Amino acid sequence: MANPQGLSFERFSTSIPAIPSAPALGPMKRTQTPVTTGTSVLGIRYEGGIVLAADTLASYGSLLRYRDCTRLHKVNDNTVIACMGDYADFQYLLSIIEQKAITEDCMDDGFNITARSLHSWLTRVLYNKRCKFDPLWTTFLVAGTDEDDDGQKKEFLGYVDKLGTAYTDPVIATGYGSMLATPVMREAVEAKTKNGGQLTEQDAIDIIKNCMTILYYRDARAHYRYEIAVVPTTGKARIEPPTEIKGDWQVAHLIKGYE
Amino acid sequence: MFRNQYDSDVTVWSPAGRLHQVEYAMEAVKQGSATVGIKSNTHAVIVALKRAASDLAAHQKKIIPVDEHMGVSISGLTADARLMVRWMRMECLNHKYADDVPLPVGRLMAQLGNKMQMSTQRYDRRPYGVGLLVIGYDTQGPHLYQTCPSANFYDCKAMAIGARSQSARTYLEKHLDTFSSSNLQELVAHALRALRDTLPAEMELNNKNVSIGVVGKKTEFAVYDDDNVDQYLNLLDPAERRGRGAPAQGTGEGEDGAPPDAPGGDEPAARPADPVVEGMDTSD
Repeated sequence: MANPQGLSFERFSTSIPAIPSAPALGPMKRTQTPVTTGTSVLGIRYEGGIVLAADTLASYGSLLRYRDCTRLHKVNDNTVIACMGDYADFQYLLSIIEQKAITEDCMDDGFNITARSLHSWLTRVLYNKRCKFDPLWTTFLVAGTDEDDDGQKKEFLGYVDKLGTAYTDPVIATGYGSMLATPVMREAVEAKTKNGGQLTEQDAIDIIKNCMTILYYRDARAHYRYEIAVVPTTGKARIEPPTEIKGDWQVAHLIKGYE
Repeated sequence: MFRNQYDSDVTVWSPAGRLHQVEYAMEAVKQGSATVGIKSNTHAVIVALKRAASDLAAHQKKIIPVDEHMGVSISGLTADARLMVRWMRMECLNHKYADDVPLPVGRLMAQLGNKMQMSTQRYDRRPYGVGLLVIGYDTQGPHLYQTCPSANFYDCKAMAIGARSQSARTYLEKHLDTFSSSNLQELVAHALRALRDTLPAEMELNNKNVSIGVVGKKTEFAVYDDDNVDQYLNLLDPAERRGRGAPAQGTGEGEDGAPPDAPGGDEPAARPADPVVEGMDTSD
């Protein structure tokens, strides 16, 4: 049992205990490789909110094992998270986060989980687990709208991965998306915002949709069905019903040399 | 000293439904020198009267910073207060580390209330012998809380605790309507006048015996001592700084005064009056 005074993972896991070790079953096993995985998630901050997207596929390696797994989660009316990586680890953290949200609601003191706080908490948890050489094999995007010191709503978009590496940025993509989608998204955002232009919610959604299509064609772990979440500064966060990409594979026969 | 067969430990009820040990602990707060807290719509301030154990000793610290957004003023057993403040600091640091935002003041007070209650319900413990005035600022604005050894805590607009604090509370009640719209200077001036009302006639507020704590919108918690309190003391005319109360009763500071009046032997005992005796060395 961990030292209750120390900065153990238990400190952050509220009422749900950490995964117990079982010395009777031989040496302790650790997640050295993920099993059921989701691929890239994307996020863009626009003037007045955040848009997130993730497809609904959970793969067994290259097998498209579960094709209707949502990887977006609405924590409360101003916070949504998206997860790439091991789906079981995602579900484990979700159960803790949901309990945190309920506990916070029950306190009923006007304070609520904010994206900034959740991002910080996830960073602590993931870094703590990796320090035990037992990482939770996930990468999270945390999106939300928080109030600043003057009571103004501010958009927040943060990244944190299984090593506890964390940053915030107006444009973030994880995994393959960080290579394939980030340059496309940055270029599109820059084109919209140069000369004092503003990026609208619809602009952000269009850019994301374009990038999900690009990823579907080039990332073999991507799926045609995906979800988009919008967290606006005015109004409540929402996860849209899944949309589908109509693939056009006419050129597929031209691709040779990878058989 | 033995006054009552129902005060042997905290868990024993008297037939009148009282916990005498808890009530005795409440008396410890009144042994300490007075401290006053007020909040406006933008700021919260605490001022405290510091005592020196003797002419050779320095004045005992009364205001302790907890975090960048919070601080406390104490009355009662200093040692107990330091323990509580150490715990409050840890809670603030841990919250800031995990959630990247300052701990909401109300949350900490609820936790502190729970912590203090534990020692009023276990026979192997004793209540904390200290009262706190806690001021803090969070996204819901400024806060002022009072805590008691009985583990009650109160969300206040203005409050005074400690020796002869009734006079200060009378002042605060009289001017209650002006506090919410006051600026920082006016707020501190009110607090100092309230504190002044707890002084015996031959004493006056000066930069040795006054300590001031301030927090507010875009203002981190700060303590002002010694020369730094002059800027606020000068808000009062020299005549205004002098105590106007009755001459101090009792035997004076530094020596072991008479023990606090305890609830009498016969049940139900009346609550003891606010003692004016300057007592135990450990109280401030």
